[in-house]
Amino acid sequence: MTRLILYRLGYGVLTLFVVSLVVFGATQALPSDPAQAILGREAADPARLEALRQQLNLDQPLALQYWNWLAGAVVLDFGTSLAGGMPVAELLGPRIQASLTLMLITAVIAAPIAMAIGAFAALRRDRRFDHTSSMVTLVLAAVPEFAVGIVLILLLATGALQVLPAVYAGSSEDVLSSPDQLVLPVLTLAIAVSPPIIRMMRASMIEVLESEYVQQARLKGLPERTVIWRHAAPNAIGPVAQVIALQLGWLAGGVVAIEFLFNFPGIGKTLMEAIEARNLPVIQAVTLLIAVVYVVVNLLADIVGLAANPKVRVSSR
Amino acid sequence: MSTATAAAAPGAAAPPRRPGLLRTAWRYHRTKIGVVLTAAVLLVAAVGPFVSPYSPTEMAGTPNATGIDGALFGTDNVGRDVLSRFLHGGYTLVAIAVLSALAGVAAGAVIGIVAGYLRNWADELLMRTNDMLLAFPQLVLALLLLSILGPQVWLIVVIIAVSHANRVARVVREATLKVVEQDFVKSAEAIGLPRWRIMASEILPNITSPLLVELGLRITYSVGTIATLSFLGMGLQPPTADWGLMINEGRVAITVQPWAVVLPVTAVAVLTIGANLITDGLSRASIGIDRGVEK
Repeated sequence: MTRLILYRLGYGVLTLFVVSLVVFGATQALPSDPAQAILGREAADPARLEALRQQLNLDQPLALQYWNWLAGAVVLDFGTSLAGGMPVAELLGPRIQASLTLMLITAVIAAPIAMAIGAFAALRRDRRFDHTSSMVTLVLAAVPEFAVGIVLILLLATGALQVLPAVYAGSSEDVLSSPDQLVLPVLTLAIAVSPPIIRMMRASMIEVLESEYVQQARLKGLPERTVIWRHAAPNAIGPVAQVIALQLGWLAGGVVAIEFLFNFPGIGKTLMEAIEARNLPVIQAVTLLIAVVYVVVNLLADIVGLAANPKVRVSSR
Repeated sequence: MSTATAAAAPGAAAPPRRPGLLRTAWRYHRTKIGVVLTAAVLLVAAVGPFVSPYSPTEMAGTPNATGIDGALFGTDNVGRDVLSRFLHGGYTLVAIAVLSALAGVAAGAVIGIVAGYLRNWADELLMRTNDMLLAFPQLVLALLLLSILGPQVWLIVVIIAVSHANRVARVVREATLKVVEQDFVKSAEAIGLPRWRIMASEILPNITSPLLVELGLRITYSVGTIATLSFLGMGLQPPTADWGLMINEGRVAITVQPWAVVLPVTAVAVLTIGANLITDGLSRASIGIDRGVEK
């Protein structure tokens, strides 16, 4: 098992390297002149063009540019923002924290509720609750998350029921100071991440409930509550943990549209602002960051999956 | 195409699946509901431009007005007729989504079949490259490329098709691995059919079920991703009438003029829900059991 995990780790590092190549390639190594693309119509001024090319090190050979950029990125030095001249890392710090807060609250709320719904659906298999939850998850899984957010805004922040603020107002430093502003973004993200968790929990629980050891526990005359909590549930959680990890990885990219919609001051909104302003170093830093989170979480999910699989755990250690 | 071998070989190995799949899928209520929902939205998208009272870029009144004569759902943030823009805004989204899904599934099918059948270094290379591509969240990769190259329709189609292709390839490869083991493929190899013929006329007809399911799934995702890109301002550009873009333009005035957002959001939601219901029906039918099947 250690060998398998080491293999996955090595592979993860290789993936991260490729990811960095893609981010760099898509932004800085394109045949078109990035400086010209950034300045757009203002590119007519050769002095500004030259200054920007200097700032982005565009006059160096491509390989050296990449090396310098990567060496900086490893120690979290992504250069300076083209808007305001602040170091990118300093600019992103509070925003990352804001996004992480949002994601963490979502995870803490969504994961247990989704697992409970899935487990309950399995216990009520083919009854009304099961059919309803199956239909609802199918519907919610399909709708793009920004549309879910808009529907929630329409329902809860406009018209008859104006109980919550439609957009976030405030800085990224104190996102926890006004919890009512977090409700809609968290609710939207929770609805977006839950369906796969619910479905996996239901499937996994059904499999466990039909297993022989649960039957045996029932035949021994154990109370149903003990059977479910002591025997069924702990064994059903393994495969679900992997899905939860994958959904958390998805959150890293999924927050972009939601932060844009709710005007939430995290990395997603920062990315959209950077794209609007063609702020190259910030675009590079944020996309790399999201991809790294995604890769690392996927890797963890893989390892969790390996660890939860008794065959792998026992056989090749 | 050698219709003789194509028809005879799969027929001998398993009962013909294709008509069966659609018919089985149709038995589920969700498939019927899905077809009705999808058809309704497609109808709006296809017929809309011909029945709209105004042109999508024509001024119809003061900005963000509701309850005015001649504009059923009022005007948008610039003063254009919301209904007309809604009726014009569907076909681009549907066309781009279907095109990129088709391209992605086709490319994924080719990659998956080749990888699953040849099972040599090409397989290893293709699948490992795939894994690397999977390391990027689809939306973030699209944003990264579009932000620098500029939002262009062909680029959106290519990006979405590529990110679909590697996900489809995984599924198709798994399906191919199962088919390759079967006797009719071995017999085709024994009589010396060229490999591309085996892949095209022996393997492909036997993996149509997972392919159809994938197509449905990919169309659902394409609609969602493209609508999201437009909503983020990275898809179709103003003054085009487009559902995602309409939501972007209308969201600021959502309290005064909700219709400019309600109509396109409803259309996008209904379309994705419909497509997903059909996909779920297909996937249940293709796995061949009525219960306990999860996507």
